[in-house]
This record gives sequence, structure tokens and C-alpha cells, in this order.
Amino acid sequence: MGLNRKVGFLEGLKYQGGGPMLAWILHRITALGIILFVGLHVVASFFMQQLGSDFATTINIIYESWIFQIIVAFCVIFHALNGLRIVICDLWPQSLMYQRELLWAQWFIFAAIYGLTVILVIYINVTVG
Amino acid sequence: MRARTVQPGLTFEYIMWIFTRISGLAMILLALIGMVGAFYLGARTQVDLPTLLRWTFFPNPNHVVNSEIPDLTLGWATAFWQIMQILIIFFAATHAYNGLRVIIEDYTGRSFWRPLVRGFIFLLWLFSLVLAIYVILAS
Repeated sequence: MGLNRKVGFLEGLKYQGGGPMLAWILHRITALGIILFVGLHVVASFFMQQLGSDFATTINIIYESWIFQIIVAFCVIFHALNGLRIVICDLWPQSLMYQRELLWAQWFIFAAIYGLTVILVIYINVTVG
Repeated sequence: MRARTVQPGLTFEYIMWIFTRISGLAMILLALIGMVGAFYLGARTQVDLPTLLRWTFFPNPNHVVNSEIPDLTLGWATAFWQIMQILIIFFAATHAYNGLRVIIEDYTGRSFWRPLVRGFIFLLWLFSLVLAIYVILAS
């Protein structure tokens, strides 16, 4: 891995990576999303319990809203499924032959789990609540 | 962004690479156990997504106190769930801080910032872990 290349942002956007690149970049974005969410959650809980601050309540109201729940569920479910595919590809390298098929299978499983989650969240929060 | 160069052999990068895979699998397993436990211990009737996420990823009595759970003391304040929490917090914190380090180093490369960022992330990791385990054991 002696490639010492320097690629700018605009050049990087032109790179035609297709599905695997989309999965890679989404894995990275969802990771940062989860870190941001869990970090905010821990900090807010601390300030809520120890100081009872209004700012913590504001953060809690934001991330308990159903729109934010849909975003968090996307991050968690995508990161888990994509991570599982990466583990399978890394620990059984023969499966790299079927990388694209695995990616498609992953998107189908993701659509099923995430679709059900979104439908339930909208149903519970919009129609019932 | 530059390609990372990794030495062959049992290096720090290799250990963290394999740890990321193992902890990812472990977290999926622990989350499934937490979810099954949540359904078994009474989330069947009024489960909404925040409740399920709280139960799935951090089944601590302090954590689930805001959600509508029927019997807090019956099923959750046990040694089994304390061990589960410590395991998931160890895997999650290490996985997350290491991932953050990898992402930062992908975009900064080798500079004099690297040891400073590494040290800062290590201290943050240690602090979070000690605090989380204290919270788990004290609750």
C-alpha cells in the first residue's frame, strides 16, 4: 500500500466509485452521526441529572422527536448491516467475488428493516400520538 | 486525503483493525440479546423506538427510567445486565473512539498533530470508560 496520492475534494467527487463507494462514504457519515448522537445524549443526560439545565432539556426534545428518530435509526441500522458485510468480506475473502451481490442483498435487508422501522415510527407518532 | 501505510506484522493498526471487526460482531450480538431481553421483560406492550433503543444498547435502570417500563427492579438491576452493559460500553466506546481516530488520521495524515490527537482521544476514551463503568456499578 505504498500509494502516496493526494486527491482534492472536487477531484474526489468525480471518482466513479459506484455502489461500494456509496456504502463506504455512508458508513463513515453514519459513524460520525452515531458518535454525535451518543455524545450529545451522554452530555445532555449528565447536565440534566446533575444540573437540571434547560439547554439539556432542549437537546433532549430535539433528539426525541420522531424525525430525529428516523435519522438515528438510519445511522444505526445502516452502520450495523454494512459493518456485517465488511466483516464477512474481510474474514472470508472468497466472498469478495460476490461483493456487488452482497451489497445488493444488504440494501434489500436494509430496506426491509428500515422501512418497517420508519412505518412504525410514523404510525406511532403521527396517527396514534 | 492520503492512503494509509501500514507495517506488516502484529502492529497497533492491525490489532485495532481486527478489534473493530470483532467488536462490531459482538455489539450486534449484545444488541440482539438486549432487544430480546427488552421484549421478554415487558416492552412487548408499549414499545416505541427510543424505548427499544435504550433497552437494546444500554440496559441500565438509570437509562430506561424515562421510558414506560412496568417493573424496573424486577428484571434489570441484576449482575447479568450489569455485565452486559459493561461489555457493550467497552466495545462501543473502543470501536467508536478508534473509528474517530482513523477518520481524523485519514484527513490529517502524518503531522505533529497526530500524537496530540491520539493522546487526547486516548484520555477521552479512558475517562468515558471509567465514568460509564462507575455509573453502571453504582446504579
